[in-house]
Amino acid sequence: MPPIMGKTLYDKIWDAHVVANEANGETVLYIDLHLIHEVTSPQAFAGLRANHRPVRRPDLTLAVADHNIPTEGQGLGVDAVADEEARIQLQTLARNVKANGIEFFPMGDVRNGIVHVVGPEQGRTQPGMTIVCGDSHTSTHGAFGALAHGIGTSEVEHVFATQTLRQNKAKNMRVTFVGTPVPGVGAKDFALAMIGEIGTGGGTGSVIEYAGPAIEALSMEGRMTLCNLSIEGGAKAGVIAPDDKTFAYIQGKPGAPKGAAWGMAVDYWKTFFSDPDARFDREITIDVSKLDPTLTWGTSPEDTMPVTGRVPDPNSFATEDKRASAHRALEYMGLTAGQPIAEAMVQRVFIGSCTNSRIEDLRQAAVVVKGALDKGLKVAAGVRAMVVPGSGLVKDQAEAEGLDALFTEAGFEWREPGCSMCLGMNPDKLEPGERCASTSNRNFEGRQGRGGRTHLMSPAMAAAAAFAGRIADVREFL
Amino acid sequence: MQKFDQLTGPAAPLPMANIDTDQIIPKQFLKTVEREGLAKGLFYDFRFDFDGKEKPDFVLNRPAYKGAKILIAGDNFGCGSSREHAPWALMDFGVRCVISSSFADIFNNNCYQNGLLPVVLKPDEVHALMGEAKGGNHVFSVDLESQTVTAPSGQTFRFEIDAARKEKMLKGLDAIGETLEHASAIDRFEEKRRMTRAWETA
Repeated sequence: MPPIMGKTLYDKIWDAHVVANEANGETVLYIDLHLIHEVTSPQAFAGLRANHRPVRRPDLTLAVADHNIPTEGQGLGVDAVADEEARIQLQTLARNVKANGIEFFPMGDVRNGIVHVVGPEQGRTQPGMTIVCGDSHTSTHGAFGALAHGIGTSEVEHVFATQTLRQNKAKNMRVTFVGTPVPGVGAKDFALAMIGEIGTGGGTGSVIEYAGPAIEALSMEGRMTLCNLSIEGGAKAGVIAPDDKTFAYIQGKPGAPKGAAWGMAVDYWKTFFSDPDARFDREITIDVSKLDPTLTWGTSPEDTMPVTGRVPDPNSFATEDKRASAHRALEYMGLTAGQPIAEAMVQRVFIGSCTNSRIEDLRQAAVVVKGALDKGLKVAAGVRAMVVPGSGLVKDQAEAEGLDALFTEAGFEWREPGCSMCLGMNPDKLEPGERCASTSNRNFEGRQGRGGRTHLMSPAMAAAAAFAGRIADVREFL
Repeated sequence: MQKFDQLTGPAAPLPMANIDTDQIIPKQFLKTVEREGLAKGLFYDFRFDFDGKEKPDFVLNRPAYKGAKILIAGDNFGCGSSREHAPWALMDFGVRCVISSSFADIFNNNCYQNGLLPVVLKPDEVHALMGEAKGGNHVFSVDLESQTVTAPSGQTFRFEIDAARKEKMLKGLDAIGETLEHASAIDRFEEKRRMTRAWETA
């Protein structure tokens, strides 16, 4: 008899949520937390109404308004949102959550913000859970040892009606991060370096577990940044085994277990880790001590390079498809093969998004801002830089620490929370040809505004670019 | 969901890798509360210039490819955002099948929820089909029952598909109705879950 193999973290979460195994190979998997927002839910609610189906577990559902809300004037309320289509979508969400008894943090509520900032911040995201949302960056919540992934609107309707999803099991992949990074290199650089290595389809069909000493050393915010970007490597989800940092982050949050319940919950959460003899379908190791601050040069998150490098020559790529993509990307980005990337002038800086808008992200950017202010520097002439906190609570915390004062003194705009210019559904957009140092997650053509040129990087790197007026090595500012 | 059994019609080649859902349907078209009417936004930045005028060179704007029901695209089609507006827009435009060497997971799922068939073939087979689609005015056919794509020349490629998904596509089954047949199993699971998560009621 072959020995019984150990289970991975993903296997354990999966096994704990199986409602039924169908003869055809599909599994009906229970969902512990369903996060919703204004853009991908209206058609799902309409589908429920058309079929006279109720929301099965409104108590396991939480709603925010984040994707299309303006980042100023939120206190005026939804009825004052100038964009008519956005306003209707926001009003529709408010009606739908009320009719179905779903908890909702509306625009202007201090608890509102980007859905993937709010879930953890409210203590609703917990280890061992299954978490879904009609948003691909739901992978963020994997930082807590939860199985979390994005779904489409039909699946949102399915979860509303059944509190389950029909799933086929993904493969197990593990990326082990070893080494100690140099100052100026962190979770964003880890993620970009990994995506550069595996490619934007490298994780397709897999759940990636992040492990190793460099992951253990990351803060919860850093782990969220890394898990957030799992989808940019094509992965179904990213997961990290929960540890004392995880529990400490959750403890005391509004949704966290209290009193005697706390110990019971932690005992359960501690069962979620990969067994030493668990087998992974694919394993890679990344030595973070070798990384320079990393950014993207092209129009796919896999187009990564060190800030010290030169823009690659499209003809250096191995396949015809890659060469063609690189030629197109350089033309779109207005870059020339062989030019040092640090020569590229920027007109915009965006610090925000579900990838990098948490308090630690803002603190890291603020360190650069403080250093620059001490040297008498301001945001470079001709650069418009904005900081968009991930939630009202992040904004309040940053203001309590005086970070907003640093940012505004240096010439950054200090905005109200939301998805903002990560996807440009609200008024925050790039103009054609504008180059942006952005802490967001996608550098696709037109993502931040038609014709806009996005370079993905860490919050500290984005802050450095604001002062330099060009792509800059953050280490010059530390 | 619309069922899918056979499809015959023109195919348009999109020989680019990593076509993301932001390209398939840009953000400004996501501010709708409807599923219908999204064809206007399909590949908007590819189809229209900054003044909103059609770009005559883009494949779907060329007369030889008008009425394309099939797209033949580069690797990793549909990566990025989970927006189901992408398959809705393709369907609204008249596309019922996309052929590529791979699809991103969420887009792939979303297609199956709507009766849009994502066909995975080997890279050289995809290239061969793109070659045959050049010039347009051709007729391709896709047959789900036999799991085949037939090119204008008559060359036929077989594709793999998960048996459960195939059956649902052929019958146009409603996944929610199917899962609700497990209502008592869901009830039992929730009972067990209350005990596993005893701290929630402690």
